[in-house]
Amino acid sequence: MNSRSLQTTIVFLVVGGILALTLGGYLGGASNQFNSSIIEAQNWLSARYRGFQEFMTTPRDAAALRAENEKLTEEISRLQTQLIEMQQRVNETDILAALVDFSRANPESSYKAASVIGRDPSPFLHYIIINRGSSDEIRRGMPVVTNQGLIGRVDAVIADAARVQLITDPASSVNVYLKNAETNAMLLGSVTGDIALDMISQDATVEAGDLILTSGLGGGYPADLIVGQVATLRSLEFELFQQATVQPAVDFTRLQIVLVITNFRPVDIAPLEP
Amino acid sequence: MRNLIAFPLLILAILLQTSIFNQVRLLSGSADALLLILGAWALQDRVESAWRWAALACLLASFVSHLSWFIYALGYGGVAILAQTLQRRVWQAPLLAMFSVVLLGTIAMHVLTYAFLQITGTPIIFTDALGLVILPSLLLNMLFAIPIHAFMRDLARWVYPPEEYA
Repeated sequence: MNSRSLQTTIVFLVVGGILALTLGGYLGGASNQFNSSIIEAQNWLSARYRGFQEFMTTPRDAAALRAENEKLTEEISRLQTQLIEMQQRVNETDILAALVDFSRANPESSYKAASVIGRDPSPFLHYIIINRGSSDEIRRGMPVVTNQGLIGRVDAVIADAARVQLITDPASSVNVYLKNAETNAMLLGSVTGDIALDMISQDATVEAGDLILTSGLGGGYPADLIVGQVATLRSLEFELFQQATVQPAVDFTRLQIVLVITNFRPVDIAPLEP
Repeated sequence: MRNLIAFPLLILAILLQTSIFNQVRLLSGSADALLLILGAWALQDRVESAWRWAALACLLASFVSHLSWFIYALGYGGVAILAQTLQRRVWQAPLLAMFSVVLLGTIAMHVLTYAFLQITGTPIIFTDALGLVILPSLLLNMLFAIPIHAFMRDLARWVYPPEEYA
């Protein structure tokens, strides 16, 4: 056996011995130390490699992600637009369904539905503009309602649009009837858009929550259209009449679709007035 | 011919006024887009057609509104005259001139409207009108005055390029 073979044999024996001792559990502490060092080194190396790999591949991924992001953003905006359109349609359908129910419940009148397309430019006035005019048989003086109640009457008409004076307008006055108190009164608008009752007889017993309907007196509006409810009453002994604030049945800030009562012709009683 | 820009612009303004500006409420007041556009236009250098713009604004507003045409004629005509007078006097401070026009123009317009409604038998309490309509509208007009003045200045430069008048 030459010296080279001897060296190799010794190395094998040493390595085999260490391996045997390790497998036999005699080198546990040293083995664990060694293993953890190896694992730490591997972790470090792996992390560095991953970082390097990301660094090398990120530009390509970013471009792809950016393109995909743009595509998805477009898709989201398209879907959001579609969602808003759908919600609008659902709202319109709900309103129209309510208006159809109202017209079915009140078959004595014939109605024409119209969308609210604008409001009077002056903040002092409470008028709305609707998208139906004389070509749709709309005439001056026709009452305008929603399924919740009276909102006003047609003030001016052109071919494809009409202007409606709301009952909240400061120049508006409507003859009304208090159902529970069985008395007549006058409903007045104001510059703030609030409505109030005046000319309530001192003999009448009015309470908050009393229902207010149009009386039909004066010929300006048909009878029995809902206007609102009494909110608070002001009754002073030394005054000729009682007054009351009114909670309107209609939300005048959110008017979208209205119904014009087309078979009602207002009566002009001005020549009969003294 | 350059003044034809008034047609699309003022028509757009009246559409915005009736559909959007009127919904932006502060108490019961709202901004007046036509007044702001008219005032800002009349304050621009080289603009000598403000009265035509005022006439068109009056026509459009009185077509849409229940208010009588002569209230708009007096109001918008007054704004145009006031703006052109101020433009000659305080031309070095255009924003100050704009604020002055908006302040005086808004008050004049609303006082005219109030007087007209009182004369025609519409009962409005003056303190309500002042506190709930006139002052809030004035504040809104002041707020919108700056962007509208900037927009109208750019429009005037486009309509009347400075190099032509150098």
